Amino acid sequence: MKTQLPDREGHFGVFGGRYAAETLMPAIIELEEADKEIKKDKTFAKEYASYLRDYSGRETPLYFAERLTEKLGGAKIYLKREDLNHTGSHKINNTLGQALLARRMGKRKIIAETGAGQHGVATATVAALFGMECKIFMGREDIERQSPNVFRMKILGAEVVPVISGTDTLKDAMNEAMRYWVSHVKDTYYVIGTTAGPHPYPVMVRNFQSVIGREVKRQILKKEGRLPDVLIACIGGGSNAMGLFYPFRNDVDVVMTGVEAGGKGITTGMHAASIAEGKVGVLHGNKTYLLQDERGQVRDTCSIAAGLDYPGVGPEHSYLHSTGRAGYVTVDDREATDAFLFLSECEGIIPAMESAHAVAYAMKLAPTMSREKVIVINLSGRGDKDAGIIAEKLEVR
Amino acid sequence: MGRIGEKFRQLREKGEKALVAYIVAGDPSLEITREIILGFKDAGVDIIELGVPFSDPTADGPVIQVASGRALEQGTDLISILDMVESVNKSADIPIVLFGYYNPIFAYGNKRFAQRARVAGVDGILVVDLPPEESRELRKYTDQAGIDFISLLAPTTSSERIRKISEEATGFLYYVSVTGVTGTKKPRVSDIRDEMKRVRSITGMPVVVGFGISTPGQAGEIAPYADGIVVGSAFVHMIEEHAGDSNMVNIVSDYAKEIKTAIEAPRNKLWGISDC
Ligand SMILES: Cc1ncc(COP(=O)(O)O)c(C=O)c1O
Repeated sequence: MKTQLPDREGHFGVFGGRYAAETLMPAIIELEEADKEIKKDKTFAKEYASYLRDYSGRETPLYFAERLTEKLGGAKIYLKREDLNHTGSHKINNTLGQALLARRMGKRKIIAETGAGQHGVATATVAALFGMECKIFMGREDIERQSPNVFRMKILGAEVVPVISGTDTLKDAMNEAMRYWVSHVKDTYYVIGTTAGPHPYPVMVRNFQSVIGREVKRQILKKEGRLPDVLIACIGGGSNAMGLFYPFRNDVDVVMTGVEAGGKGITTGMHAASIAEGKVGVLHGNKTYLLQDERGQVRDTCSIAAGLDYPGVGPEHSYLHSTGRAGYVTVDDREATDAFLFLSECEGIIPAMESAHAVAYAMKLAPTMSREKVIVINLSGRGDKDAGIIAEKLEVR
Repeated sequence: MGRIGEKFRQLREKGEKALVAYIVAGDPSLEITREIILGFKDAGVDIIELGVPFSDPTADGPVIQVASGRALEQGTDLISILDMVESVNKSADIPIVLFGYYNPIFAYGNKRFAQRARVAGVDGILVVDLPPEESRELRKYTDQAGIDFISLLAPTTSSERIRKISEEATGFLYYVSVTGVTGTKKPRVSDIRDEMKRVRSITGMPVVVGFGISTPGQAGEIAPYADGIVVGSAFVHMIEEHAGDSNMVNIVSDYAKEIKTAIEAPRNKLWGISDC
């Protein structure tokens, strides 16, 4: 089954679309046109590839985590080392692509929302690289818990705008970025950091991130001579997961599993597990699974990982969930923290709290699988930014 | 023709302009919202735009954001708003447009919403994040229920798009006078004049202008170029400021009266083309 998704209006089945205010619609349509142009343009692809290689350091390794595998005593575990990208996460794959696109469109001002600060840093970085003005919107709570990234953005010359509304986290940063965009739409390009937002963002971001899955496919064929059995990635808005999953979508024997943030535990209601616990709704320009109350008001979310602390999820994930092509599970704060420490101690790799959710699920799954099986975890980012939070936790323990 | 169409027909006949007043339903309480609507009616307001509060109002500035927050804290939801509209309609005849975001409607159920809104006497809806590209799923039901689907036009909307939108629109068109969120930037009268010329050359539908109009002076300057003006954040701000006053409803209605007078006055000088 090879269906072309999304459709021309940006729908993945009933999900996705363009639920945006009229003021933004022309900008969204302009972006869609520009995105179509670059797909036909070989020089864009070349330019983008050269920045990925020479600037970000791609391709990133697919590392066989031997000690982790041994300790868990089951399936072989590979880590896709997106943490080794310049700026420390997969986010740069997307920001390089979008900044090149913005430059083509003649926009010299870029804005972005950020949760963990990784997308903010990746955006501030490309702004510096291409000589663009840059504003980053970040919730007050996230500014406190991810302060190393705030300093990095400022050093890179970006303005960090604290957002004090709602829950002071990623959703509110996105609200504020959209408000700013509406007010400056004529000269400002909005770099959305995940596979969310109105069409064409979800498909555009997925395409830029797909380099992850394409590399994994090549690399695993070389190392194992076959495709992996299971792919695992954490889900905030879903960009690192879509990037890994998409090139495998037609390889039906490859199981794809997204890991949502279980926060303080699903039963407590304090989490960010949109697919597990949400209902279909509309937020930030698309229709998708959304954490909301019965009146359609968006619910507060909670996760130790700022980058997963979001009430929605990219519409393509909602679609993959509805068709059953991908599965979605949850991992809570405690399990993610344990995995953070476990991976650090046994492989010498400190993962981002976000990526630790994917590791935690692999730690549960691998022992149940035989030794010939192969798991690939998307290690979406490195954990330097989280050292403070973890240090605090350890003292409490 | 519904009450909205009839209202604009009457106004045009008299050579008058519509004053459309926006307030957030449930701020400070639905009971007071009801009183404000009745006060507005007596003050000469032509159409009520009733904001349905939403947790994430991405098209709104700070004034309406916090008002929506207060309304939600009061437990205001679509069900109680529709009940209130129904009760207003029993005691006064004034067109009411629900103004808000899609998710609360979608969560309530599009079909169920259309049926209930018709019974309550809702005349029109304006759903900020439902552009023509996505509006079919709701209009399927609301059109059938005879509820006008008010569409937005913006300074960024191309002429071709204005044509498409106005062909499908019912009730009236709402021209967003600034590229921005509610209640922040002030529109420039010369821009509005030029833009209205452009819009008028494309469609004969009634067009109201809103976003950033807060004083009688501004309203009087802009009204000659449109079929009406919308004042929102200014009322919402006043309601906030006088929330504790026993005569708050009077203060807000008096301000509406001032604005209505201001948009009437220039008619004689600039417009002066009543048919008789
Ligand atoms: C390292 C890392 N992984 C994952 C995410 C979640 O985003 P997404 O689901 O779009 O990959 C973030 C977001 O900030 C992140 O910083």
